[in-house]
Amino acid sequence: MTFLMQCARWLTDPAHWQGPDGIPIRLAQHVQLSAEAVALGALIALPIGILLGHFGRFGNLAINISNVGRAIPSFAILVIAFQAFGLGDTPIILALTALAIPPMVTNSYVALREVDADIKEAARGMGYRELAQLVRVELPLAVPLIMAGIRTSAVQVVATATLAAIVAGGGLGRYIVDGFATQIYTKVFAGALLVALLALATELSLAALQRALTPRGLRSLNAPASRRATSFKTA
Amino acid sequence: MPSDPWINWDWLGTHIPLVLAALQQHVLLTGIAVSAGLVIALPLGIVAHRWPVMRNPVLTVTGILYTIPSLALFAFLVPYTGLSFLTAEIGLTSYTLLILARNVVVGLESVPPDILDAADGMGYRPFARLIYVELPLALPAIMAGIRVATVTTIGLITITALIGIGGLGQLINKGLIESFHTPLVVATVLCIALALVADLTLAGVQRLVVPWSRGVRA
Repeated sequence: MTFLMQCARWLTDPAHWQGPDGIPIRLAQHVQLSAEAVALGALIALPIGILLGHFGRFGNLAINISNVGRAIPSFAILVIAFQAFGLGDTPIILALTALAIPPMVTNSYVALREVDADIKEAARGMGYRELAQLVRVELPLAVPLIMAGIRTSAVQVVATATLAAIVAGGGLGRYIVDGFATQIYTKVFAGALLVALLALATELSLAALQRALTPRGLRSLNAPASRRATSFKTA
Repeated sequence: MPSDPWINWDWLGTHIPLVLAALQQHVLLTGIAVSAGLVIALPLGIVAHRWPVMRNPVLTVTGILYTIPSLALFAFLVPYTGLSFLTAEIGLTSYTLLILARNVVVGLESVPPDILDAADGMGYRPFARLIYVELPLALPAIMAGIRVATVTTIGLITITALIGIGGLGQLINKGLIESFHTPLVVATVLCIALALVADLTLAGVQRLVVPWSRGVRA
């Protein structure tokens, strides 16, 4: 029996679809860790990026935070969080949140900066006040790039959450780490397949959401869905 | 563990050779991955620019590779290439391809059509025009891509510690296994410092080679 056949058999074995180490539970843990980190990161990063972009301040900071974020090894951040705060989901979520912030700040900053100055002036001329202009004119136009930032972060957080298993966390990374430890390579391979599929599904579903949230008037214009202000890969 | 300080200078003093060996491996892994990535991505980018039909396939395939989490990619390779240097380099090189190929395409696209007309008028054949006119003008974007790819690779290498390679990641792993902070902190600081030095060095090279390129980002 070839190796790939064995992996397919591992994946279809009913025993691997139930219990606390079953695929549904591991998948749910992975999605939960990632979703909490991205949501927490968005709560911090989006207001910062949007305000900096709206007022046009600290542009270097907003852009360079992604360059700095790229240089920080995610593996180290996870281990440091684990050693500083101990076992459990909280240290893992804190580490993942830190990694989620930079691309969202940069993308939302660029998104607001790119809103046409003429449009802002027209809004002002029509009597929009600062806040109304931001919420009703600038934000809708900035949605595509803001969403691109969320998508970039989410894909990276899903990837990095795989490493949570190294610091005794849950998620799909468990199969890879446990498989390596016990030298059961079918388990390693099957786990890797699940992780890769989850990352691709995250990318595709958020790209679809981005398209759905883009105002109709912007859709046919220049912007392809894949456009983002910064590429970011930490795990 | 409560009495374990974040940095134990005595340990560091007696383990400098270990740290330097890890740093050396880290630099070597980065150099090979980015060079190999460039050797593959440059022709890919040129093809994608020259034949527009190829543009989407090139960017989609390298984009899918880029999306795959690194631990998963290494796990896919281990049954075939083992817990080896080669496995680490195949994975790391794969991740440079999207950044480099896209920047090659962007760079070539940014060459003004007037310049291409002038080159044609001066009698350049397509290949000579590419080498002597288009690629030099695309260099700022390509250099920007090399910088991003290098910094990304330096961060990702730490994860190869899980397949027995790792560079500075070995020290992170050691800190984790022994519940000992010093190697962890030393490796993290050195990793960030290495990324910074590499980025600034490449920025310096960029200024020397293409002085007109200030401010081009990836």
